Amino acid sequence: MSRSLSLLCLIVWLLTGCGPIPANHPYPDREWRSNTLYSSFSERPKHLDPARAYSANEYVFIAQIYEPLLQYHYLKRPYQLTPLTAEKMPEVVYRAKDLSILPDATAPDAIAFTDYLISVKPGIDYQPHPAFAKTEVGDFLYHDLSDTALAGIASLADFEHTGTRELIAEDYIFQIKRLAHVKTQSPIAELMKNYIEGFAEFQQQTEALDAMALRDLAMTGVEALDRYHLRIRIKGKYPQFKYWLAMPFFAPMPWEAVAFYQQPGLSQKNIVLDWYPIGTGPYQLTENNPNRRMILSRNPNFHGEAYPSEGEAGDLEAGLLADAGKAMPFIDRVVYTLEKETIPYWNKFLQGYYDASGIAADSFDQAVQFSSTGELGLTQDMRDKGIALRKVVATSIYYVGFNMLDKVVGGNDAHARLLRQAIAIAMDYEEFISIFLNGRGRAAQGLLPPGIFGYVEGQDGINPYVYDWVDNRAKRKSLTEAKALLAKAGYPEGIDPDTGQALILYLDTPSTSSADRPRMNWYRKQLQKLGIKLVIRGTDYNRFQQKMRSGNTQIFMWGWNADYPDPENFFFLLYGPNGKVEHGGENAGNYQNKQFDRLFEKMRVMDNSPERFQLIQKMQALIRRDTPWIFGLFPEDYLLAHAWYGNIKANLMANNRLKYQRIDPELRATLRQQWNQPARWPALIFGLLVLATAYAAWRRYLKQRER
Amino acid sequence: MMVGLWTDALLWGLVLVMALGLAAARSRPELKRPFAKLAEHPSGVVALAVLLFFLSVALLDSVHYQKSGGEVLSVLDTLLTPLRDGQEKTYSAPFASQLYSSEFMETDTGEPVWGRPRLQHGGAHLSDEDHHIQDIALKLLAACGRYLGLLAIIALFVWVSWRGLQQRWRDLPALRWATWTILAQLALALVLWDVSHYYHVLGTDMVGEDVLYQTVKSIRTGWVIGALTTLIMLPLAIGFGILAGFFGGWVDDVIQYLYTTLNSIPGVLLIAAAILLVQVHMANHPENYTSLQVRADTRLLFLCLILGVTSWTGLCRLLRAETLKLREMGYVQAAFALGVKPYRILLRHILPNVMHIVIISVALDFSALVLAEAVLSYINIGVDPVTYSWGNMINGARLELAREPLVWWSLMAAFCLMFTLVLAANLFADSVRRAFDPREAEHG
Amino acid sequence: MFSYLLRRALYALPLLLGVNLLTFLLFFVLNSPSDMARMQLGQKHVTEQAIANWKRQRGYDLPLLWNGEQSFPESLSETIFFQKSASLFWLEFGISDSGRNIGADISQRMWPSLALALPTLIIGLSVNITVALLLVWFRGTGVEWGGQVLMVALMSISSLFYIIGGQFLFGKVWQWVPISGFDSGLNAFKFAILPVLIGVLSGLGSGVRWYRTLFLEEIGKDYVRTARAKGLSELQVLFRHVLGNALIPILTGVVVVLPLLFMGSLIMESFFAIPGLGSYTIDAIAAQDFAIVRAMVFLGSVLYIIGLLLTDIAYTLVDPRVRLS
Repeated sequence: MSRSLSLLCLIVWLLTGCGPIPANHPYPDREWRSNTLYSSFSERPKHLDPARAYSANEYVFIAQIYEPLLQYHYLKRPYQLTPLTAEKMPEVVYRAKDLSILPDATAPDAIAFTDYLISVKPGIDYQPHPAFAKTEVGDFLYHDLSDTALAGIASLADFEHTGTRELIAEDYIFQIKRLAHVKTQSPIAELMKNYIEGFAEFQQQTEALDAMALRDLAMTGVEALDRYHLRIRIKGKYPQFKYWLAMPFFAPMPWEAVAFYQQPGLSQKNIVLDWYPIGTGPYQLTENNPNRRMILSRNPNFHGEAYPSEGEAGDLEAGLLADAGKAMPFIDRVVYTLEKETIPYWNKFLQGYYDASGIAADSFDQAVQFSSTGELGLTQDMRDKGIALRKVVATSIYYVGFNMLDKVVGGNDAHARLLRQAIAIAMDYEEFISIFLNGRGRAAQGLLPPGIFGYVEGQDGINPYVYDWVDNRAKRKSLTEAKALLAKAGYPEGIDPDTGQALILYLDTPSTSSADRPRMNWYRKQLQKLGIKLVIRGTDYNRFQQKMRSGNTQIFMWGWNADYPDPENFFFLLYGPNGKVEHGGENAGNYQNKQFDRLFEKMRVMDNSPERFQLIQKMQALIRRDTPWIFGLFPEDYLLAHAWYGNIKANLMANNRLKYQRIDPELRATLRQQWNQPARWPALIFGLLVLATAYAAWRRYLKQRER
Repeated sequence: MMVGLWTDALLWGLVLVMALGLAAARSRPELKRPFAKLAEHPSGVVALAVLLFFLSVALLDSVHYQKSGGEVLSVLDTLLTPLRDGQEKTYSAPFASQLYSSEFMETDTGEPVWGRPRLQHGGAHLSDEDHHIQDIALKLLAACGRYLGLLAIIALFVWVSWRGLQQRWRDLPALRWATWTILAQLALALVLWDVSHYYHVLGTDMVGEDVLYQTVKSIRTGWVIGALTTLIMLPLAIGFGILAGFFGGWVDDVIQYLYTTLNSIPGVLLIAAAILLVQVHMANHPENYTSLQVRADTRLLFLCLILGVTSWTGLCRLLRAETLKLREMGYVQAAFALGVKPYRILLRHILPNVMHIVIISVALDFSALVLAEAVLSYINIGVDPVTYSWGNMINGARLELAREPLVWWSLMAAFCLMFTLVLAANLFADSVRRAFDPREAEHG
Repeated sequence: MFSYLLRRALYALPLLLGVNLLTFLLFFVLNSPSDMARMQLGQKHVTEQAIANWKRQRGYDLPLLWNGEQSFPESLSETIFFQKSASLFWLEFGISDSGRNIGADISQRMWPSLALALPTLIIGLSVNITVALLLVWFRGTGVEWGGQVLMVALMSISSLFYIIGGQFLFGKVWQWVPISGFDSGLNAFKFAILPVLIGVLSGLGSGVRWYRTLFLEEIGKDYVRTARAKGLSELQVLFRHVLGNALIPILTGVVVVLPLLFMGSLIMESFFAIPGLGSYTIDAIAAQDFAIVRAMVFLGSVLYIIGLLLTDIAYTLVDPRVRLS
C-alpha cells in the first residue's frame, strides 16, 4: 500500500511541478488554449439520422449539422420563425377540393389543401464527405466498395477523398419521402400521414422497397418545382405545420448519402447514416465515439450566416448584440465528453473544465441562494468565479394523470371528479418543488406553461378548484376543503365504504431506482393526509408503457415536452380521439369530453387571435373542473456559464444555438490555472508514512543481523 | 394481528435450526476442542457478541403485525417509534435543531424571510437556540447516567443472585469479553434511543427521514441476505458436492458440468436477468403484491434465492475434493467392506468430516454477501428500492458528497454499521477457521 | 500433452452450449421482443405498426425455436434461437437493440478495460506480495499485529466506499488527478492512476491475507528449516525460498483470471466514466438491452473457459506429471 502511494506522490509532484497546466486537466494538453468549447453528454444518443432523432440529447448534435428550411430567431421573444436555408418565409396558399386558390380569409372548413411554397437559397454546399467523392470521370468513388477497400476503414475519417455538392430543393423532398418510408422508422411518420398529402399512399407503395427506390417514386403532396423551389401540400388547414419545417425531421438529405451508407460492409463497422450525419450546417461531426467523446468542428464549406442584429428589449444591455452582423460560427471545435454522473460533471464545471452547467439538486445550495428580497441569485462563491446564471421556465409539464377508464378515479360522474379534485388539492406541489427541485419549477395552474400563447398570469390564471387567490398570490386550498370534497365523493376520512378500510389507490411510475424512493414516499405522504393509501407500482419503462397502452393503470406519472410553441401541442394530450387505449394516441389518461373536443377542433386550426385566446380559456376551465390530470409542475431550467462563455441566451425552441456562442480561451486558461492548484500536504503525510515503514524495516533488519 | 412475511419465517427458522444444531453439537466430544479454541481469542468472542447483537436487532425487526389502520409494523418499529415518526422536511445535520439548508419561511407577521427553519421534531423542545450545545451534552449525560446506572444495577443483581457466576467469571475469559461487549452495545443502544427522543442523532436524509432509523432497519436486510442465501446455498452445495465426490462416475460428471456451467456465467449478469424476471412477474400479477412490504419481501427473498444459486459452486467444489479424499480413507473403505449402505456411510462418516469446511465457508460467505448487496443495489439489481438497506442508502447518498456544504451523515452511518457487521463477520470467520481447520490445528 | 489439451478444449463445447441455452431461456422468457421494441423506439408517437417494423427489421418477429412455415433446414435456422443465440458460437454478436453492431463495440471497448485491469492486476499482485512478505518478515511483532488488523479492516469496507472516497479526496478536494474520464494512448495515464490505485487498495486486504497464509504454510516446511539451519539470513530465506516456491501457485492462480481482465470492472468503470466493457455491461443492464447482455454473458463464459484452459496449460508446463496422465 505504502509503496504504491509513494509512487503516486512522486508522479503527482512531477506532473504539478513542471508545467503550467494543472495535473487534473482532463483533456490533451495541446488543447489548453484552443478555441474549443467543452460540453458533455450523459447517454449515447440513439439516432443521429434527422428522420429518426427525436430527443434533446440527439438534437444537441444534429441541429448544428443539419439545416432545415426554417429556424427560430435566437434572441426574439415570443419565439419567432425566420428563414434558415429558405430564401424567405414560406408562401402559404389555400386551395379548395378542385385545387382552385382560395382567399386567405376562407373559413377553415372550406379549405381542402394548404400549399407551402418555399425557395431554397442557392450556393449552399454540403460538408466534405466521402459520399460525394468522385473520380476524374465523374463516377462516385465510394458507392460500390469492395472488401479490400473496406479493410482499412474503421471510421468515416479513414476515407482518403471527400467531395461536396450544392444543396437543392430535391434534397428536402427526398427527406420527406424518407420520413414516409417504413424502413426508416421515423417517429413522426404516423403523425405526418394525417397532414401531408399523399404521404400515406407513398408509405404503402414503398413498404417493400429499398431506400434508393424512393428517389424515383413521386409523392403527390411534395414536389420540387425546380432546382431551388419546392411545394408541400397539406391536407386541410394546419397552421402549426410551419413549426415542423424548423425541426430536423425536415432537414435536407442528399441521395448520395443513402447510396453510400446502405453498403452492408459499412454497417458492419457501425458506419451508418443513423450515426454519421451529413449536412450543410456550421459544424460537422469529426470524431464520433459514443463510448467516450464526440467532436464537432467547423464545416469548411459552411455558407456563412451573420449574427442577428435585433433582439428583444434588454439584449443590447446584456451584451447579446455585441457581435451583431459578424460571421458565425465563433467557436472552432466542440468536445462532448461522456459524463454519466452528476458529481464529476459539477466538479469539473467548478474546476473550469466544462464551460456551462445546469444545476442539479445536489449542487443547488452551493450555486444559488435567495436574496433577502426573494430573488434567486448566485452565491458569493459563484459570483467570485465570474459565473453567470440564466433561468427560463421550460415548455414542459410533469403531471400526474388519472386513467379516466378506471372504475374508482376515472369517469365523468361527480363522485370520481370530487375524488380527483380532493387529491389534486392534497398533492402539495409547492412542497414538491421546494424539496426536490429546490424551487426550480412552478406549480402548474393548468395545461399551458408560461411563454405559450393562451397562458394567463395572476388571478385569472389560477386553477379555482385547487387554489384561492389570497394576498395577491395563489394559495393552495386547505386540507379541510380537500377532506370535505372527499367526504362528498363518498370516502369520508378516506374510508372506502365497500371495504370499511382506507381507500387503496395505485400509482404507476416508470422509475424503480432507489434514488427515486424519496419522491415515491412523498407521493404516499400526500395521500396519507387524506387517509388514502397509495400503493406505488414501479416498473421499468417498457412495462410502464405497456400498462398505459392497455389502460391497466389507475394513477400514473408522466411528462410532456412541447415540440413547438403552440397551445395545440399541449391540448392534444387531452383530445378524446387521441385516447391511448382506444386509438393508441398521446392522450394517456383517455380523457373524453365532447365539449372539450369540439373546442379543440376549433382552436387547432386558428391563428393566434383574441378569439383563439378565449377558446383556450374555456378549454382550461373545462379540464380544471374535470381534473383528468393533477397538473403538477413546469420545470425551470437553470444554466450556469463561466465568465469566458458569451452570447448565451436561453432558447427552448432553437436547437442550433451553438453557432451564436463564443468563448475566450485566454481568460479560461488563466482562471483554470488559478482554480486547480493541487493540495500538497497529503503527499507529505504519505511520504512520512513510507519513511516510517522503511525505518521500521531497517530496524528489524539490524536486529536480525545482530542475532 | 400478526403478519407473516416469508423472510421473517425463514430467518426465525434459521435461528431455530442454528440453536438446535448448537445444542446437538455440545454433546459431541470431538467438537469440544474446537469450541474451546473458539473461546480462546478475544477477537472471535467479541465479534460473535457483536454478530449476536445485530442478529437480535434483525430478529426484533422480523416480527410483523398489522395495526388497526392497516399499517404493517415490526416490533422494532414500535420500539423506534420516536425515530420513525419524527419526520422532517429535508436534510438536517446530526443533533441539529434547524434544517440544513435555507429556504423561505413565513414570519409571525406573514412576511417571507430567507433562513433555516426550525425542525419539527429534532430539538423541538428547545425554547432557546443558544443553549443548544449545552442541552445536547446534558441530554447525553443524563441518558448515560440513567442507563449505565440501570445496567449496573441489573449486573449487580445477577452477579449476587447467580451463584457460581463468580467462579465462571474467573475461569472463562470468553465470558468476560462477551459480557463487556454486550453491555457496551446495550448501553450505546439505550443512550442513542433515549437521546433520539429529542434529536436526530445521525441527522435526516433528503426527505427528512431519520438516518439512524434507516441504518438500524438495514441490519435486518444485511442479516437476511447473509443468512438466507447461505440457507439456500448449503443444501445445494453439500448435496451435490458430497454426491459428486462419493459416487464419482456419471453423477460426478453431471454435477461437475452443472457447476462449471453456472460458474462460467458472470454472476452479476445472471442476477440482473433474474431480478428483471421478478419485476416482470410482479408487474403482471399486481393483485398478489398489493402491499409494499410483500413486494419488497418477495424481491428480497428472490434475491437471496438467486444469490444462493450463483454462489453454491465454490463450496461444492471444495466439498467434492474433500469427499474424494475421505472416500479413500481407511475407515470409509472398511465400512464399504463391511457392507454398510452408502447413505449410512455418507451420513455417518463423510458428512461430519466435511462439516468444518462448511462452517468456515459459511462464516466467510456471510461478509461477502453483505458487501455484495451494496454493489448490487448500486446497479439497481439488488433489494427493492423501498427496502431499507445499506446498499440503497449508499446509492441514494453517493451524490451527497458533491453537495456543498457536504452532507456526510447518511454515507457515514451506512459505512459505520456495515463496516461493524462485516468486520465482526470477518473476525469471527478467522476464529472459526483457527478453531475448526485441522491444518491450523497442526500449526498449533 | 496435445491430446490432453484437445480433450479439455472439447470439454468446453458442452459448457458453452449450456450457457447459451440458459441465457436464451432467461432472456426470451423474460421480455418479449415487443417490450424491447417499445422501449427502444422511445415514448412519443409509438404505434403498433412501428413496433412490428422494429421487430421485423431486427429479426425478432421469428418464432422462438421452430419455424413451422419453412421446410427443414430453414425451419430450424429461421428462428430467434438460431439467429440470436446460436450465432454467438461463431462470435457473431449481432446488432444491439439500439441498432449498433455489438462486435464492433466490444472490440473497441475492451482496450480501455484492459488498460485499467492489467495494471491493477500487476501492481496489486506486487503490492500484495510485498506487504504479505513484510508481514511475514515482521511476524511475532507489533507491526504484524497492526498489519493484520489493518488488513481485516480494509477487507471489511465495501468497494463502493473506496471509490466514492477516493474520487472525493483525490479528485475533488486535493485536485491531483482528473475526477473522471479517459483518453487514448499515453494520455490515458493520468486517468488511470486513481482507478488503479483504488482497485489495488480495495483488493489489498483479502489479497495480503491470502498470500500471507500461503507464505506461512511454505515457511513451516522442512526445506525452509534446512535452509535456515544452513545459516541463511531471514531475508534470504524469505525471498529465495519462500517466495520462489510460492510463486508457482500464485502465478497459476493468476492465469485463470487473465482472460477475464477484458471484461473490466463494472462499478469502477461506471464511476470513472471509462469506456470499457464493464460500463458497457452496466449501461446495457440499465437500458435492458438484452442483445448486449446476452453477448456479454456469452463472452464472459468463453473467457472464463479460456482461463480454465490456460490454467491447464500452465500446470502441464509447471508440473510434468500432468503431461503423463
